[in-house]
Amino acid sequence: MLPQRFEDWFAAKGWTARPHQLALVQRAQEGQSVLLVAPTGGGKTLAGFLPSLIELSVRPKRARASRLHTLYISPLKALAVDVARNLETPIAEMGLAVTVETRTGDTPAARRQRQRHVPPDILLTTPEQLALLIAHPRAPQLFEGLKTVVLDELHALYNSKRGDLLALGLARLSRLAPGHRRVGLSATVADPLPLRRFLSPQPMAGEALAELVIAKGGAKPRIAISASDSYVPWAGHLARHAMLDVMAAIGESKTALVFVNTRSQAERTFQELWRLNENNWPIALHHGSLAPEQRRKVEAAMSKGGLRAVVCTSTLDLGIDWGAVDKVICIGAPKGAARLVQRIGRANHRLDEPSAALLVPANRFEVLECNAARDAVLAGELDGERLKQGSLDVLCQHIWGMAVAAPFQAQALFEEVRSAAPFAQLSHADFEAALGFVATGGYALKSYDRYARLRQLPDGPSSKNMWRLAHPRLAQAYRLNVGVIVEEPMIDIRLQSRGKPIGAGGRRLGQLEEYFIEQLSAGDTFVFAGDVLRFEGLRETAAYVTRTNDPEAQVPSYNGGKFPLSTFLAQRVREMVSAPERWHVLPEPVQEWLKIQEWRSVIPKPGQLLVETFPRANRHYLVCYPFEGRLAHQTLGMLLTRRLERARMKPLGFIANEYALAVWAARDMSGLDMGKLFDEDMLGDDLDAWLADSNLYKRTFRNCAIISGLIERKIPGKEKSGRQVTFSSDLIYDVLRAHEPDHVLLRATYADAGSGLLDIARLSDMLTRVRSRIVTRKLDRVSPLAVPALLEISREMVARGEVEEDILRDNEDALIADAMRVD
Amino acid sequence: MRCVWTDLCLTVNGETLLLDKSGAAWWPRTRTLIFADLHFEKGSSYARGRQFLPPYDTRATLLRMAEVAARRSPARIIALGDSFHDPFAAERLGTEERTLLGALAARAQFIWIRGNHDPHPPAWLGGTVMEEWREGGLVFRHEPRAKAEPGEIAGHLHPAARIAKYGRSVRRRCFAGDAMRLLLPSFGAYTGGLDVGDPAIAGLFGARFHAFMLGQDRVYAIPRMQSGGDPSRLPARGILVSG
Repeated sequence: MLPQRFEDWFAAKGWTARPHQLALVQRAQEGQSVLLVAPTGGGKTLAGFLPSLIELSVRPKRARASRLHTLYISPLKALAVDVARNLETPIAEMGLAVTVETRTGDTPAARRQRQRHVPPDILLTTPEQLALLIAHPRAPQLFEGLKTVVLDELHALYNSKRGDLLALGLARLSRLAPGHRRVGLSATVADPLPLRRFLSPQPMAGEALAELVIAKGGAKPRIAISASDSYVPWAGHLARHAMLDVMAAIGESKTALVFVNTRSQAERTFQELWRLNENNWPIALHHGSLAPEQRRKVEAAMSKGGLRAVVCTSTLDLGIDWGAVDKVICIGAPKGAARLVQRIGRANHRLDEPSAALLVPANRFEVLECNAARDAVLAGELDGERLKQGSLDVLCQHIWGMAVAAPFQAQALFEEVRSAAPFAQLSHADFEAALGFVATGGYALKSYDRYARLRQLPDGPSSKNMWRLAHPRLAQAYRLNVGVIVEEPMIDIRLQSRGKPIGAGGRRLGQLEEYFIEQLSAGDTFVFAGDVLRFEGLRETAAYVTRTNDPEAQVPSYNGGKFPLSTFLAQRVREMVSAPERWHVLPEPVQEWLKIQEWRSVIPKPGQLLVETFPRANRHYLVCYPFEGRLAHQTLGMLLTRRLERARMKPLGFIANEYALAVWAARDMSGLDMGKLFDEDMLGDDLDAWLADSNLYKRTFRNCAIISGLIERKIPGKEKSGRQVTFSSDLIYDVLRAHEPDHVLLRATYADAGSGLLDIARLSDMLTRVRSRIVTRKLDRVSPLAVPALLEISREMVARGEVEEDILRDNEDALIADAMRVD
Repeated sequence: MRCVWTDLCLTVNGETLLLDKSGAAWWPRTRTLIFADLHFEKGSSYARGRQFLPPYDTRATLLRMAEVAARRSPARIIALGDSFHDPFAAERLGTEERTLLGALAARAQFIWIRGNHDPHPPAWLGGTVMEEWREGGLVFRHEPRAKAEPGEIAGHLHPAARIAKYGRSVRRRCFAGDAMRLLLPSFGAYTGGLDVGDPAIAGLFGARFHAFMLGQDRVYAIPRMQSGGDPSRLPARGILVSG
């Protein structure tokens, strides 16, 4: 099936083309779009490009005028650059006359301009660059000859706002290059159907699917779980107790990736490992807040095989293949089976050898979660994702971009947008609302009609409802504001020498969220970029720090990187808790913990929600265990306290973790009708009333306001003002909510809140699931299962410091003794 | 004069002012209600640059003004300048906004102090336009002066304060004052704030001045703002801060 030149090349390498690679060539010859699902190490990227290389190698010489043939889109620009490099090898070795170039934010302006007029055969880029390319007036000429679009790591994109932006870009490409083929490359997913739909233009009725090719799975990974029969912590996320195990695992491998879930955990783990690093092994740190130069340095050292270990966050979940990595260590909760598979796949890029992984749970619940995740991975089961609908704020941005490209006809654009899978259900009314928003803000009060970003052209005989951009400045503003990734306001961290006046010079170490810096006073110490730093002061947009060696330094609690426990894995953890016959695989202390829980209170049966009440230290507690993740529990906590307030229980506070929610009150709550308390109707008025003032909701609104273009990130000519946005979104939110609660942006915000920071959809599913399945236990003291949540209360409430640590420890010992007392 | 517990009183140059939770100041002796930096039609001003903020800011501001006026029944209202965001703002006022403003003007005598945003507040609004207004121990002007006479009541700087505690921080608009002068927070719905620690504000005062932050239901006094000010020292009831 392969041309001779390709057969020879494979033979010279001592390879044979894999079945899925040939399948993709076959589908290409039939002109079909296709989704390739393959594990890492399966030669996925080559499979994606093989059909394009074949087509380009056999085209007649005179057809070699500069025409873009294949567009490759990756979620990471580093990956695009890496793939370009990897493509060079077969092209050079087979002597193909094929040009390959990348286009990212780092590409020099002159080359970007040239690429629009003289494009390469294969262009590798990102979703944001695609948005910019299709918004250019020359887009029709650039894309008219396009034959293939390759979408890499599609599983990481398709169900997100970036995926929405990409889908809208593809819809436009379908119009500019009708009949082009799409190839999606994806890691193993629970359900490939939505990805196949994503790849195919959707008809006005029914649905269209891309073909599916599934590559044979590789060897099953070897997954060990670090566990001690003597000590398993009750709470916390740092796994300090297991750092010697981690060090030993690093010692046994050539290069290890040490994954943690948050940037603060990364900082802590890095510190702990270096404390134990007697052999002075080169161990590095990599997370999203570090300065890019520093991250690049670590990546370069990594690819040269110069590092024994890298402590990293999800920044390295995806990306470049590092051949040398032979062990993956995951500290803390895996959160989801798919995430775990992805991370384990970062070790050993040869398909036929098993990847080796070590899971290091940091507390008892995480022991359960690690076991559940391992079972799922070995059984080949993965988490499904709740499918989001296309976001209206992204649609607003896209409509603006399409006006930048050329005047458009509203109905035609609506139909084009509907052909993008995430927007297939978009109503005409919502499209009109988005269009109205872009044109004049879309307010019921039509006072901005005379300013307009878009103006309607007079209807002609063949053109009705045509819209054009009102001013060229708006094209520039669009280009400066494109993209759906909204950063928290960040502040530069600059390192000064002691004694220098604040603000004088200083090397940039990276960036931290503004809200974290605002909590610091001069003299406070914190850990960042692997150093202990002393905060000296804030000058304009930079925080100035000096080095120190305070052992009590705090670790910044970043917002980033807190993904919730997946619904699928939560289900498996609940099943594990409910099945005493499966407990024997667990470490001794964890078994004992569950057994005493069974004896003291109850182990809920599958499908049940356990609600316990007990008094402790002049307070009354209510603890429930939905296992739905911290975000959903937080929302539940807000709503329950409102209800308890009305029931005159005098609630005093609550705390949520991934597994449980604890509420405490001045009155005894055991007499309440729990079925009523947990009734789904709390998601009505109570939710609305709470949302109005929720900071998380306001942050969600801010994202929508920025993505939709209501607030501009950058104003032409003022790119370097240092201000993150031009207007406080909270002020807008308050006014809009009071005066036009049905505005399209508030609807976009509400849709986001359902799945995002507030996880309302998940909470709603849970409340439905447990209806009439609530088991209550009125206890005379704290239950073993409640201890981890209660410990978190004291951790949050008590400030740091030597004496306070003692109080904390005493408190912890008493709490555990009470819970585990067998009398 | 007794303070209601939700308000704070401050004696400036011998005159007692009440700091309303809305961000307005109330001078009981003369039944005068004082607002700073209303910035009417800031939203539509941005719309001219094609940034379409919700066009309800003027309405929101006026409704809040009406709410305070209903509680205080003023004989006179002083707007301390920057009442209109730009020179054409008054012409852009909508019908409903004109009605609301008319109702306010009908119940009290208006004094419009000139600001840098509105050197010429429109005459058709009624009331009096002035550079500054003096009465009793007080002088009302838009921009505070570095070496002002005692009793200056001004706006212009949009003071705001932040306190941090329990790993969280709260930022609110605030009054800033001592026994000699008072700065009012901006009242307009779309107005931001400048930190009271900024030299532009702190430099106006001597070693001791206080921030009075606007809470949900009351005003909180923060003695001499420092970063990390301690809210546990906040008075629980209205207090009289004198000198």
